[in-house]
Amino acid sequence: MQDDFSTIFPLQRGRAHDASGPGAAFFAAALAGTADGPVLWVKPEWFSEMINPVALSAFFDPRDLIVARTKDHTETLAAGEEGLRSGAVRLVVMELDRPVDLTPGRRLQLAAETGRTIGLCLFPEGMGNQAAATRWLCRPLFSASDSTLQNWSITKNKTGTNNNWAVRWDEAARRIHVVSKAAERAGFKGPSG
Amino acid sequence: MWFQRLPSERVLRARPVDGPFAVTSSEGNHDRLYCLNREAESQGLERGMGLADARAYVPDLVTRPADIDADRRFLVMLARWATRYTPHAGLDGENGLVLDITGAAHLFNGEEAMLEDMKERLSRARLSVKIGIADTRGAAWALSRFAPGIVPAGKTSAALGPLSVSALRINEKTATALKRLGLNTIADINALPRATLARRFDMGLIARLEEALGTRGEAVSPLSEPPHYGVRMTFPEPIGLVDDVMAALSRLLETLCLRLKTREAGARAITLAVERVDQTRQDVTLRLARPMRDASRILRLFERPVGEIDAGFGIERIRLEAGVVEALPAEQIGEGGLVEGEALDDLVTRLGARIGLDNIIRFQPVASHIPERGFTENPAAYGRVEAEWRMDHPRPLRLFPPEPVTSQAARRPPSRFSWRRMRLETAASSGPERIAPEWWRPDEAWRTGLRDYWRVDTRQGLRLWMFHTPQAPGWFVHGLFA
Repeated sequence: MQDDFSTIFPLQRGRAHDASGPGAAFFAAALAGTADGPVLWVKPEWFSEMINPVALSAFFDPRDLIVARTKDHTETLAAGEEGLRSGAVRLVVMELDRPVDLTPGRRLQLAAETGRTIGLCLFPEGMGNQAAATRWLCRPLFSASDSTLQNWSITKNKTGTNNNWAVRWDEAARRIHVVSKAAERAGFKGPSG
Repeated sequence: MWFQRLPSERVLRARPVDGPFAVTSSEGNHDRLYCLNREAESQGLERGMGLADARAYVPDLVTRPADIDADRRFLVMLARWATRYTPHAGLDGENGLVLDITGAAHLFNGEEAMLEDMKERLSRARLSVKIGIADTRGAAWALSRFAPGIVPAGKTSAALGPLSVSALRINEKTATALKRLGLNTIADINALPRATLARRFDMGLIARLEEALGTRGEAVSPLSEPPHYGVRMTFPEPIGLVDDVMAALSRLLETLCLRLKTREAGARAITLAVERVDQTRQDVTLRLARPMRDASRILRLFERPVGEIDAGFGIERIRLEAGVVEALPAEQIGEGGLVEGEALDDLVTRLGARIGLDNIIRFQPVASHIPERGFTENPAAYGRVEAEWRMDHPRPLRLFPPEPVTSQAARRPPSRFSWRRMRLETAASSGPERIAPEWWRPDEAWRTGLRDYWRVDTRQGLRLWMFHTPQAPGWFVHGLFA
């Protein structure tokens, strides 16, 4: 299971991916933690949900973060595309509230390929980018002993099969650990592996 | 060189008016004529007259409000023009120029020819001017006001003698006092012993007199040429294709960047003004994320804004100006390619051209316990913020305006509650962390007083950051851990 996850998780560069669900921000933060470089976060101005850089500091250095505030959906996509194409950042996170059609989705994909950058679109649950390489559904899992346990499931995968994992964030090592199903069921205690 | 009607002629150059015209300035709540054209003067109006009176005399008087700053800029522009005669060109008061033409006159075939040339060029520009050429600055000033013309070298005191004492650049009061004493001309004063003059008037008068007669030196301070970061190109045929504009732009940028380089400066904002055949002008301003003087990189950043220009029937002239310039010392560049960080700055610039540079931000930590104030948003163009981030207490990834939860629980978080139409059940909670409002700041959101923050893990998975306000009982959800 672990090998399986490691082939997919730091997401493939040069592709656009999707994440949705209540744990999407966690997913983006964890991905930024593995990106090791500047991160562009594009977010419409009117979204009342802020990202909190103080909490992001558990995942990566917020000094690497550049936030672009946009006016609407189109501008978010345009700014995201610009960021992906430039190759100056390692990860571009776009917060969206509407599904992305095939044409703009494909544009994001091409831009990501040009810039060899990871693109990640955060959607409300049930929406997505039709051209995304992978789509993730992220939900926090309750665990008595672990405060960051999440369930990440792939609901769309262009290059492999769908699957799901229980993962936790290791703040000291700054990486994601996969928690084995058995440990999860038994009420996980301590680091996996 | 004295421009008698500079303010009115400046306005008239842009918008010619037939008939009487005046520029007015307002003093208190009274409009006065400030400068008139020849027609207005010939109809009996004069400077300093009230506008209402003037209107009564000349009903069809056209007026404009005075703009002293624009007049000043115009005069500075004229001073720059005057450097075609001599490098030593300076301003003289509000409406005069002073030129030191020593050693420059022969280039124009002597002083007479030079004077004619100046007059001709200025009259073509529709500016009326009176010019005096003399050995000293004071004498030239006197001549330009009272007897325009040339005084040959060495004849200064003879030429100034018959002029009125007002020609000495003295104030009105002194001039009147002198005239009361019967000293009407400069020759009258010059005949008196200096000591009596100094006793009766101040040394200023003697200084002026001596400056005019040349016994005391007076320098012409030329305007220091401010570095000018503007270049322009006029086309023989109007152009319209984006590629053509970019080609022209690349040539202009090369010149501009060379100019910036020699002064070790970098442009922070560059304005491209495009003038079309139909006399309209469009400005494209590129605000850069950091000072730059690399022509090829700036050119790439211009690609998008140039594409948006409406060329209409063709572009006649383009002009490029670095509006905001900052020091940018020469630095060692790496081997080929962009230096680390430059690509990011270019990205910020390009995004800034699209969504506004102010909308691109970086976070900066702030020492405050109030969660919303734990950070500030700084424009990314200010550069990377070097400050340490630390999280002493758990903080959620997402923060939103507090959303109330109906619950009667008082001390510990409610065991069941509904939030955003979800029924949630508390499985574990940790806290409280009490945060007191910053009383020295008025903040509407913190009116309810103290907050006890809890981290609530629900059995459904969601981990919420909730707070209870003991002073105004109620529970709120403020953030989402994951």
